[in-house]
Amino acid sequence: MRTQPVFMTFKKDDIINFVVLMTLAFIIIPMTVKTDYWYTSILIPWLCLSLAAIGQQIVMGYTGQLALGAAGFMAAGAFACFNLVLRVPDLPFVGALALSGLIAAAFGILFGLPSLRVRGIYLMVATLASQFFIIWMIDKFGWFKNYDTSGIITTQDIVIFGKSLTSPMEMFFVLVVIVTVLTLLAMNMARGSTGRRWMAVRDMDIAAESMGISLLRTKLQAFAISAFYCGVAGALFAFTYLKSLEPVAFDIKLSFKILFMVILGGLGTINGAFIGAAFILLFPVVLNTVGNNVFHGSIDATIISATEQVVFGVLIIVFMIYEPLGMAKLWDSIKQRLFGRNSKESEAPVDQADVGKQGS
Amino acid sequence: MKHRRQRNLVLTFIAAAASIFMFTQNASAQESQYFPVASSRVGPYSAMGTGYYGAQIDYMNYVNMNGGVNGVMLTWQECETEYNAVKTVECYQRLLEKDGQRIVVFDTLGTPGAYAVINRMAEDQVVLAQYGYGRTDAADGRVWPWVFNAASHYWSQIAVKMKFMAEQEGGIDKMKGKKIVHLHIDSAYGREPLPAMRKIAEDWGVTLVEISIPPPGLEQQSQWLQIRRENPDWVTFWGAGSGMNSTAMTNAARVGFPRERMIYVTFGAAEEDMYPAGDAAKGTYAMANALPGDQYPLVQRIKEQVYGSGKGNLADEKRVGSVYWNRGLGAAVMWVEALRIAQEMHNKVGKAVTGAEFRDGYEALNMTEERLGEIGVKGMVAPFAISCANHEGAGKFAMMQWDGTKFVQVTDWEAPLDPGFIRKLVEESAAKFASENNITPKQCS
Repeated sequence: MRTQPVFMTFKKDDIINFVVLMTLAFIIIPMTVKTDYWYTSILIPWLCLSLAAIGQQIVMGYTGQLALGAAGFMAAGAFACFNLVLRVPDLPFVGALALSGLIAAAFGILFGLPSLRVRGIYLMVATLASQFFIIWMIDKFGWFKNYDTSGIITTQDIVIFGKSLTSPMEMFFVLVVIVTVLTLLAMNMARGSTGRRWMAVRDMDIAAESMGISLLRTKLQAFAISAFYCGVAGALFAFTYLKSLEPVAFDIKLSFKILFMVILGGLGTINGAFIGAAFILLFPVVLNTVGNNVFHGSIDATIISATEQVVFGVLIIVFMIYEPLGMAKLWDSIKQRLFGRNSKESEAPVDQADVGKQGS
Repeated sequence: MKHRRQRNLVLTFIAAAASIFMFTQNASAQESQYFPVASSRVGPYSAMGTGYYGAQIDYMNYVNMNGGVNGVMLTWQECETEYNAVKTVECYQRLLEKDGQRIVVFDTLGTPGAYAVINRMAEDQVVLAQYGYGRTDAADGRVWPWVFNAASHYWSQIAVKMKFMAEQEGGIDKMKGKKIVHLHIDSAYGREPLPAMRKIAEDWGVTLVEISIPPPGLEQQSQWLQIRRENPDWVTFWGAGSGMNSTAMTNAARVGFPRERMIYVTFGAAEEDMYPAGDAAKGTYAMANALPGDQYPLVQRIKEQVYGSGKGNLADEKRVGSVYWNRGLGAAVMWVEALRIAQEMHNKVGKAVTGAEFRDGYEALNMTEERLGEIGVKGMVAPFAISCANHEGAGKFAMMQWDGTKFVQVTDWEAPLDPGFIRKLVEESAAKFASENNITPKQCS
């Protein structure tokens, strides 16, 4: 009389990975990284965007639905969180965060509906509506912005157990805890029966349906969970990184960035979301720093800035050609060679062609 | 083979990452003051960014060539923001400290970027110098001690525009029943003047029609058809980026709306915005908080010394003296003047100052006609003074008109008809912000 297990089973590798990462996050980083720059400009936005990339990963990498509009859900989550903290005074921050994720999830279900009828590139166009509708709605109705004349509002401080956390390191810890919990949950879902259903739908939806998997339920579930992650990521992005809120920050460019993170990181992998986010977010920073330090004064600054963009674009192309399975695959093969261990991932990376097939 | 390629790739990454830490050190025994240049040289706003930040670098070079500020040399570091709020935050953090010295001032040249960093200023002790952009109610220095919008904010700007219309129509009583279209980019920046504009329109009995254009604003056909239907007497255009700004003029020409009835915002009032529209641009009015032209003595000296020795920042020297370049010069002049005052106020002549000391110097700026003359920019900007409570400065603008090849100044520096009214709006808005965020306004004696 055994039903499906709720939690995934852990292997020795998983536990080692977990311990290593947690030591890194809670002991090594706080001890070695002292400058605020690294927390506020690198680690905090990286964690936030990784979370959003996980959301995109669920709907695109696991379920195979080409959705674009993660930034719209992020905006929904961010503004929901602002309004919840503002208007419901007794609500703790984590509660507000969870609720804003749920509000984003409701939007996710709404804008996931077209996925039942359209596929592939057409779905991408249909989900774009979420991007524009949510931003338009926030812009149009002053209530969401508490009738601020300028339209750009300041976020409140994060208060947990009566203490307001404002220093970069404190916010980093808040983020690490939330991201850890949500990442474990995502891995749990991806490896469990939920993930199996997503992948079945991704690989061939007709076959999945004939196996008794409800397409409606699976697809909408994926959209809802994806939007939940994006919503929480958006709220955290606004509260810990931007510290201000304006709809323009969540424009279509951000949606594309999150899409690129997932593709470059490796579709259908959770660690790919983190690696992809790091690449898309950090590489322009690295290039700009190198450009300004090495070529400072010797080359026209305008040319340096333009060259950085070209180099970044070329790098993306090079990556896609030489490692189409994404950086997660690259990381795996490096790990394999370094430790000589055969890491058998239970979550097999998807072939790019699989997602493409859906479109045809 | 494949392994070697991968290893090389990894090594390249490590090398790139490592070079972040290897800042080229400007080791010098001389006293120096460090400034950030958060430039925006790529993307739709590149004309603005290259001109404005180019002028700041040119002026700092010029000051260094002439012995610095009482012997203190100016150093700077650049960071590309792409006019993006998220990147601006990263740049701010990156530029914040260099060689153990902290920045004393920050200039984003963009309202979104300014809002993204505005709340960090008091804690980090950095002055946010918004040169004619950014948060309007920061003009109330009691609530915003660290933020300035000297060189006048958007509410004064719209009030001066409406005053200009009234003068053209023959008085405020003649404005009754007239119709104005506010055609703006659909962003916080585009809506920023509306609170003041709506109130003035109501007082004067003017019909105000607000039409928005979604960013980036290159599609304006439907908006201009709507304008043709509305048939307004005036259009106030609030756009951003050369593409959007020139598109509006070509569309106006297409529907036959007279360009002499269009008034452009300061961020559409540059040569780079006018050239792409060709003949369609002729007659368009535009506002200036720093007038273009290279006849000013300081501009001449920079051309001679900085560009003469090949150290100029602009690739095209002809842009020296253009609107954005002169505006950047106006901003940089204020930095250096504030630094000079700060050194004197705090007995640190010839030494670097802290953010708090610089702030005092900035607040004590008093750019009289004579002082502007000494610096060599008399007439380029309106004379102004900043005080503890008033962080706006002059609150004055000059109207220019495009004659097909250059801007011609048509009015002198004009203040709004009722500056007290604008000030009241600013104080109300600042007070609302203060009460929402539990800020006790500073006492200004």
